[in-house]
Amino acid sequence: MSLRVENLSVYYQTLRGDVRALEGASFTLADGEVMGLAGESGCGKTTLGNSLIRLVPPMRFVAGSVQLDGRELPIQDTERMNPFRFKRVSIIPQCAMCALNPTRKIGKMISELLESRKVSFKEALPELKRRLDLAELSHDVLNRYPIELSGGMKQRMVMVLSTLLNPSLLIADEVTSALDVSTQKAVAQMLVGFRDREFVKSIIFITHDMSILYQIADSILVMYAGKLAEKAPTDAIIHAPRHPYSRLLISSLPKVGAKYSEKRLAGIPGNPPLLLDPPAGCRFRERCPVAFERCLEAPPFREVEPGHFVACWKEFGTHA
Amino acid sequence: MLELDGVSKVYRVGTFGGKELRAVSNVSFRVGDGEVVSLIGESGSGKSTLGKLILCLISTSSGRIVFNGADVSTLKGGALKEYRRKVQGVFQDPFSCYNPIFKADRVLKIIRHEFFPGTRDADWNNKVNSSLEAVGLKPEHVLDKFPHQLSGGQLQRLLIARALLLDIRFLVADEIISMLDASTRIDVLNLLADLKSRGLAILFITHDLSLGYYISEKSVILYRGCVVEMGSSERLYHHPLHPYTRVLMASVPRLDRKWGADHAAAELPEERAALSAGCVYFPRCPVPTGDGSCAQGTPALLEVEPDHWVACCKANQT
Repeated sequence: MSLRVENLSVYYQTLRGDVRALEGASFTLADGEVMGLAGESGCGKTTLGNSLIRLVPPMRFVAGSVQLDGRELPIQDTERMNPFRFKRVSIIPQCAMCALNPTRKIGKMISELLESRKVSFKEALPELKRRLDLAELSHDVLNRYPIELSGGMKQRMVMVLSTLLNPSLLIADEVTSALDVSTQKAVAQMLVGFRDREFVKSIIFITHDMSILYQIADSILVMYAGKLAEKAPTDAIIHAPRHPYSRLLISSLPKVGAKYSEKRLAGIPGNPPLLLDPPAGCRFRERCPVAFERCLEAPPFREVEPGHFVACWKEFGTHA
Repeated sequence: MLELDGVSKVYRVGTFGGKELRAVSNVSFRVGDGEVVSLIGESGSGKSTLGKLILCLISTSSGRIVFNGADVSTLKGGALKEYRRKVQGVFQDPFSCYNPIFKADRVLKIIRHEFFPGTRDADWNNKVNSSLEAVGLKPEHVLDKFPHQLSGGQLQRLLIARALLLDIRFLVADEIISMLDASTRIDVLNLLADLKSRGLAILFITHDLSLGYYISEKSVILYRGCVVEMGSSERLYHHPLHPYTRVLMASVPRLDRKWGADHAAAELPEERAALSAGCVYFPRCPVPTGDGSCAQGTPALLEVEPDHWVACCKANQT
C-alpha cells in the first residue's frame, strides 16, 4: 500500500467562515496504481491533491492522517514536509505551462532546483538527458527559455522535472486539459510509461475528463462537493457505476458516434451546494433523482464490493 | 446563407512586422439555413480567426465572405450594424465577457440601448423574458444579479439569450462549452440543437470531435489554417480519409474503446514544420506518397464522394 489517507478534512479559511472543501476523505492507493480523481470544478479535487504536498493558508488542516509507504506524512507541518517534497511526493501543478521560471534557461532552473534539495546537477544530468529522450525532447531545450517551447513541450518538460528524483507519489493536476487531443494522448501515455518504468510508484491523476481516465487510469475516485462519492476499478466505474452522481455524470458524456437527433443526452439539473455552509446529510441530495428520507443523514464511504467503495444509502442494501 | 470563398488572413509578425503568419489560408465552405457546421482543429489552426472574420471583428486579407448575397467586408456604419443584428457570436470564456463591477444583465441593456432605443419598458421586458425562457433560464434567477453570483453555465446561457434578443439568423459559437462542467455542458449543447430546429444556422467551433459529431451534420477539419477535409459528419466520422483526421479520431479519448497500443507522436519542432513547401500536414504525415508529390505544392480540395472533400495527394490519387 503506497498511500493511505484517513479521514482527511481540509477547510479554507475565509472572513465569512470555513469553506469545507474536503471532508472525511479516506482511501488507499496501491503500489503502481494510477488513480484518476474526477469531479466537476469546485468539488475539492485540487484541494485534495495540494493538501498532500503543500498545505498552506488559506488552507487549514482540520483532521486526518496520511501515510506514505508505511511512514507518516506530516502534511500539517510545512517545515517537516520539506524533506518529502520533490523526493517522495511530487506534483505537476495545474498550470504546468507557467510553472517554469521565465527568466531562467530551463537547464539553469533545474540545476537551481536540484541544488536546493542538495542534489548535484552534474550527477543528475545523465539521467535527466535519458528522460528527455523518453519524453521526446531534444537535449537542446536545457539551453532554451520556456517561451521558446510550445505548450505540449513545456508540459512534458515539467513532467520530466517533477519525476526526476523518482518520487513515490506523483500528483498530476489537470495535465492534459489545456492540450489538443493528439498531444493529450502523447502526454497521457508518457505519464503511464513513467509509471511502468518505475520512475514514480503511484500517480493521482486529477482531471474533469472521465474519458481520458478510462484510457489510462487503473481506478477512479469520483468526488462531489468536497466528499468522496465513489472509488472503484476503472471498468466498474465506467460500465457499472453505483453512486447516482457518477451514473448521471457518465451518461451525460457525448460519445463519438452519438447524435442528438438519435439519442438526446441529458445533463444533471441543479447546481452543487455552496461549501461555506453545506447542507447536512448527503450533499448530492438536492440533485439526486433517487433521494429518500435516509439521505438527511450523511452516508459513510463504505466498501460494497471488493475494491468498490461508495457513499450512498441506496447501495448499502437492507443490512445497512 | 453564409458563404466563404477563398478566405485568407495574414498577420504581420516579428519586429516591424517583417514576417508573415498565415492564420487562415484559402478557406471555402458554406453554411445553409438551419444548418450546424462544426469547425474542428487544434489550437493555432485558425478556427477562432475564422469566427472573428465572419463576425467582422477583423478584416480579411483576401477572399470574400458573402451573407445572403452581400459581401460583408464592404459593410460599414449602418449596414454593418444591420449585419450584426443578424449575425452574433458567443465566446469561450463566459466569465471574462462580463464586467464584474456591473450587474450581469447589463449585457442585455446594452443591446436595448444600441439596437432598440425606442422600445417601451413592457415590450422590452416581454422580449427579455421570452429570450431567457428560450435558453432555459428563469428571469428571477439571473436578472439583477452580479456575474459572480451566477454559474458558468448560467452566464454562458445569458450570453446566448443576449444574442437571441436580436433577430439573429447565424450564430458563431466559439468553444462555448469547453469551460463548462460536464454536467451542465450537455444542457448548453442541447440548447443549440433546439435553436437550430427554429431555423438558426450555427458555426460550432470546437476541438472536441465527439461534441462536433453530436450536434452537427457538416464538419470542417482545419489544420494550420487550411481545410484538410470536410463534408457530412456521418461520412467524416465513419470514413475519415485524410491522415490528420484519422490521427485525430484515434486520439479522441472514448468511453467505449481504449486507445490502441500505437504510439502517439508528440508535436514536431517548429523548424521541421516550417521547412515544408507542400502539403501543410506533410511534416507530420505518417503515410506520405512515395513519389514526393506531398512536398510540392498544396493538394487541392477534391470531392472524393458526394458531400465529402479531402485535400490529400494520396487520397486524390486513388
